[in-house]
Amino acid sequence: MAENTAKKPPLLQVVDLHTSFTTDKGEVQAVNGVSFTLEEGKTLGIVGESGSGKSVTAYSIMQILEQNGHITQGQILFQGNDITHYSSKQMQDFRGKKCSIIFQDPMTSLNPVYTVGNQIMEAVLVHHEKSKAEARDIAINMLKLVGINDAERRFKQHPHELSGGMRQRVMIAMALASEPWILIADEPTTALDVTIQAQILELMQELQQKLNMAIIIVTHDLGVIAQMADEIVVMYGGRICERGTADEIFYHPAHEYTKGLLRSIPSVDNMKEKLVPIAGTPINLLNMPKGCAFCARCDNAMKICLEEVPPELPLPDGHYASCWMNVVNHNYVEEPADE
Amino acid sequence: MNNTVQNTEKNLVEVRDLQEYFPIRTGLFKKTMLKAVDGVNFSIKPGETLGLVGESGCGKTTVGRTLLRLYKPTGGQIFFDGNEVTDKNMQNYRKEMQMVFQDPYSSLDPRMTVEDIIGEPLDVHKLYKSKGERRDKILELMGLVGLNAEHATRYVHEFSGGQRQRIGIARALAVNPRFIVCDEPVSALDVSIQAQVINMFEELQEKLGVAYLFIAHDLLVVHHISDRIAVMYLGRIVETADADELNESPIHPYTLSLLSAVPIPDPNTARAQKRIILEGDVPSPLNMPSGCAFRTRCRYATEQCAKECPPLTDRGNGHLVACWCK
Repeated sequence: MAENTAKKPPLLQVVDLHTSFTTDKGEVQAVNGVSFTLEEGKTLGIVGESGSGKSVTAYSIMQILEQNGHITQGQILFQGNDITHYSSKQMQDFRGKKCSIIFQDPMTSLNPVYTVGNQIMEAVLVHHEKSKAEARDIAINMLKLVGINDAERRFKQHPHELSGGMRQRVMIAMALASEPWILIADEPTTALDVTIQAQILELMQELQQKLNMAIIIVTHDLGVIAQMADEIVVMYGGRICERGTADEIFYHPAHEYTKGLLRSIPSVDNMKEKLVPIAGTPINLLNMPKGCAFCARCDNAMKICLEEVPPELPLPDGHYASCWMNVVNHNYVEEPADE
Repeated sequence: MNNTVQNTEKNLVEVRDLQEYFPIRTGLFKKTMLKAVDGVNFSIKPGETLGLVGESGCGKTTVGRTLLRLYKPTGGQIFFDGNEVTDKNMQNYRKEMQMVFQDPYSSLDPRMTVEDIIGEPLDVHKLYKSKGERRDKILELMGLVGLNAEHATRYVHEFSGGQRQRIGIARALAVNPRFIVCDEPVSALDVSIQAQVINMFEELQEKLGVAYLFIAHDLLVVHHISDRIAVMYLGRIVETADADELNESPIHPYTLSLLSAVPIPDPNTARAQKRIILEGDVPSPLNMPSGCAFRTRCRYATEQCAKECPPLTDRGNGHLVACWCK
């Protein structure tokens, strides 16, 4: 961890991020002390169920939170500069040029009254000093890059004339038109069918290699994460349960929530067996327990889990987990319990 | 039509050449038929689960709804327990065939208590003699799906998605059906809750011996819960087989690409996975390609595929495939 900071600062570093929303029922702490690092050209996956704070984390980076939401604590460092103190002018420059986002629903995130070409051109014209003709060429090239046949004709069409998969491609083209360093994909394929999902994920990986950009992919689908991510952050109740490389998270999970999640999904290995569900219901952010957010649903919850929030603990191979079980294991076992 | 009745005896539900067309206005005076379901055949044995998979718009939900006559079928026959279900006798079969809907938020009346929701089918079919018996039945059903007795007087908004789906299932079970159409019953639920509901479906089947038509787009979930799986593309079934057989040795090119596109939650497998990426999008059902509907995206398509629609043929072991390939 320390050797990284000595060299060039990482592309994006989120440090102890807290984001909360003011609602009628009180202050909702949607993101509660989230830290992670994203390196150039890598893919970071953020997994969690609804209400885990995964999308809010993404929106906090872009600072596109709803009006009642605000970052209350923490830093977001882009190449070493804290963007939480940026003015709205500076943020405008950051959005699109440094970091772009694609949303879950391509049906509602495109403007229905403009042609798709117009919308992609806008992204170019806002961020670069280009003439309209140049922007048009870039837009058509982007449409070709994302694999849309007959790009010139599509350029002049409105979103309603395109299918869901095509619209998501247009969203990606728009996000990439200003050549960002980071692409944030918030559930990019949840609204799409599996065969179209495969097309889009493949496309994102291809473009990543071509343009050497970093991707943050936010999803609840562990299958998508396994395919895309180099590093994974698992979130529950606004906090990070654990983070590490994809192999570490999938093959040596160190948080009870991740373990439960992996047991509860149908996979090729457990087709003939009963699934092992996680008991209980997802957490209510208005009613957070004093200790670990997951303790009410955890089979191995101990006294301390109810009382104190577990600290983030380093494990071998760049793996961090916030679970008291690891503290117990570390104190009494030489090596972590898994193989 | 009685020539195949000996076959229907073993089957609880049998569907023959089911068609469901919706008229769509395409001009001022012009109407085009949208063939949502176009000649679907399948059968389900007592206590069996048939999984129905396919992409959005392929007609899988329409099959489920037409089966229960929520839509009037344009053509074809539906048999239950060997007898043909018609408009006239459908009311008797409502008790035998029930449905669980996808969206647990909109399929339950927000102004009714849980007790009333589960009790309504009992009222309609007059399945109790006294108020006390009605209440006992409701509590028994709630216990069956894992709801507490004190939930009976609450309203739907007080429950989470998983619990609402349990209420919907209890309502379906109230009349003691032998067959339930489950239309995407877990896709609106969080991953950690999905497993609870899937397990419950399996346990209820073991306990009560109900048969399911399990409609879903998540192939791993369908594989887990189903005995047999039918794959639909643009209103037709393209392949039917035993669940394991279909996953291990799929034959139809569409099934092949569908299975290869499923993201496997295991990084090593996912990296090694060879995906067959389909070109283009699903054609509009208003403007169906001639012959085999899949030929526009199929890499093996030949001239024959454009001329004739391939029939479902048996490739051994009840593995039915609709493709001109070998």
